[in-house]
Amino acid sequence: MNIIEAQNLTKRFGELVAVDSVSFGVEKGELFAFLGPNGAGKSTTIKMLTTLLTPTSGKITLNGYDPIENPDEVRHSFGIVFQDPSLDDELTAYENMDFHGVLYGIPRKERQVRIEQLLKFVELWDRKKDFVKHFSGGMKRRLEIARGLLHHPQILFLDEPTLGLDPQTRNHIWSYIKDLSEKEQMTIFFTTHYMQEAERVADRVAVIDHGVIVAQGTPDQLKQQTGAQSLEDAFLDLTGHAIREETADNWERVRRMRGVRR
Amino acid sequence: MRTIYILWLRQIKRYYRSKSRIIGSLGQPLLFLLAFGFGFGPIFQKAGQGNYLQFLTPGIIAMSIIFSAIFSGIEIIFDRQFGFLKETLAAPVSRVSIMIGRTLGGATVSTMQGLIVIGISMLVGFRFNSLLSLLLALLFMLLIALLFTALGTAIGSLMQDFHGFQLIVNFLIMPLYFLSGAIFPLQGLPKTLTTLATINPLSYGVDGLRGALLGTAHFGLLIDFSVLSGLSLIVIMIGAYLFSKVQI
Ligand SMILES: Nc1ncnc2c1ncn2[C@@H]1O[C@H](COP(=O)(O)OP(=O)(O)OP(=O)(O)O)[C@@H](O)[C@H]1O
Ligand SMILES: [Mg+2]
Repeated sequence: MNIIEAQNLTKRFGELVAVDSVSFGVEKGELFAFLGPNGAGKSTTIKMLTTLLTPTSGKITLNGYDPIENPDEVRHSFGIVFQDPSLDDELTAYENMDFHGVLYGIPRKERQVRIEQLLKFVELWDRKKDFVKHFSGGMKRRLEIARGLLHHPQILFLDEPTLGLDPQTRNHIWSYIKDLSEKEQMTIFFTTHYMQEAERVADRVAVIDHGVIVAQGTPDQLKQQTGAQSLEDAFLDLTGHAIREETADNWERVRRMRGVRR
Repeated sequence: MRTIYILWLRQIKRYYRSKSRIIGSLGQPLLFLLAFGFGFGPIFQKAGQGNYLQFLTPGIIAMSIIFSAIFSGIEIIFDRQFGFLKETLAAPVSRVSIMIGRTLGGATVSTMQGLIVIGISMLVGFRFNSLLSLLLALLFMLLIALLFTALGTAIGSLMQDFHGFQLIVNFLIMPLYFLSGAIFPLQGLPKTLTTLATINPLSYGVDGLRGALLGTAHFGLLIDFSVLSGLSLIVIMIGAYLFSKVQI
């Protein structure tokens, strides 16, 4: 049985259909990339999977539970790194980690060991007593990732985890995550706009555009399907080369497309 | 339990780290004490009502508590906008315990705020009856703080951003405050005012404080206590329900 299962999942915001009858499954232990252009509906899908947003219609099973009927069981099954900031600026880096550890029920001793290990991993151990409000964007991002890795859930959601990080750090973090997934049979559901990253890391990929899944499969399958050399080319093929190329008109187009939907 | 504790602790830490908030929120009560307390003092005395500063101080304590409490509750909106709310809402803990932890934290902070106001008012001449009255007052301060933090949480759960905040201050906090008997005695008022004061929960808070500190309760301490604790319980339940329905 799939550890994540979505059937005809739909979310409307007023007239806008952000996620439009999406279906997919993710197997236990898999690294699953959920790709799509800006505004495609990736984050909205993740919010529905993680009990933060109620779907308009459709069915979700996560680790065997329905997020609507059994939100508590579902929340016990996953961890998440959000796309948007979610740190407490008025607390120190260490306090943010510790707060998380307490919320996720990690015993004190283990908490201390892991916090030290992870803060060293993201090179923030020296800054552990600094308030998060004094951190740079990349430092905050690294802290968010370290916090997300503090406990070892069955499913880990990563919404653009490496956004704004330098290539060294990105590689470093991805190899850690891959390792973790192998060691603990952890399922990883992630989004990213770095296609090379997805190609290298993901076992399977789903491409979503305007709320609709336009392709699913292994990176190789998608490349074959589109006759492309790289996942990036396959992605552009699937989600429309033309639109992304006319940069000046881009917004106008997006607006018009939304207008049609209204 | 540990969830409640860690959320309580967070509110406390945020409070004592924001020196400007502490100082800023004491300016208003101090101004009221000085301007009203000494400004209306002579008239009050002539009307045979005794010392106005004595009468007014419990009202000012209540004021600083409800401002701080409602604000603590509404802080949820900050957390929503700065993103931290997601972190708590996705965690494997019950939302009721998150709400209770926050509320207890906000109530503790607001009670401390009230204690500081007692200190200030003593500097300008306020005197309470005995140490026991102070302990009793502490109980009422905590109840007022609890009720209004929970109210703030309930309101904050319904609001997406801060645009409605001014509305709440003008149409909720101000009326509650001015119609509570905080600045004038409830005896011998026009009928409408009496009715409004009677259905205003803050009246019982102010009255309880006055009864505790000075021994001059209008409704009676037992009634004050029952109304406040009963209402707190109801509002906490409503707040917990609304909070559990929050979406990002
Ligand atoms: N709370 C909301 N209210 C109204 N519209 C929303 C809301 N959240 C998302 N949307 C809309 O839903 C669509 C999908 O947004 P979503 O955040 O899921 O995109 P995304 O795929 O994560 O994009 P990105 O790559 O930019 O993060 C967008 O058009 C967005 O404007
Ligand atoms: Mg997104």
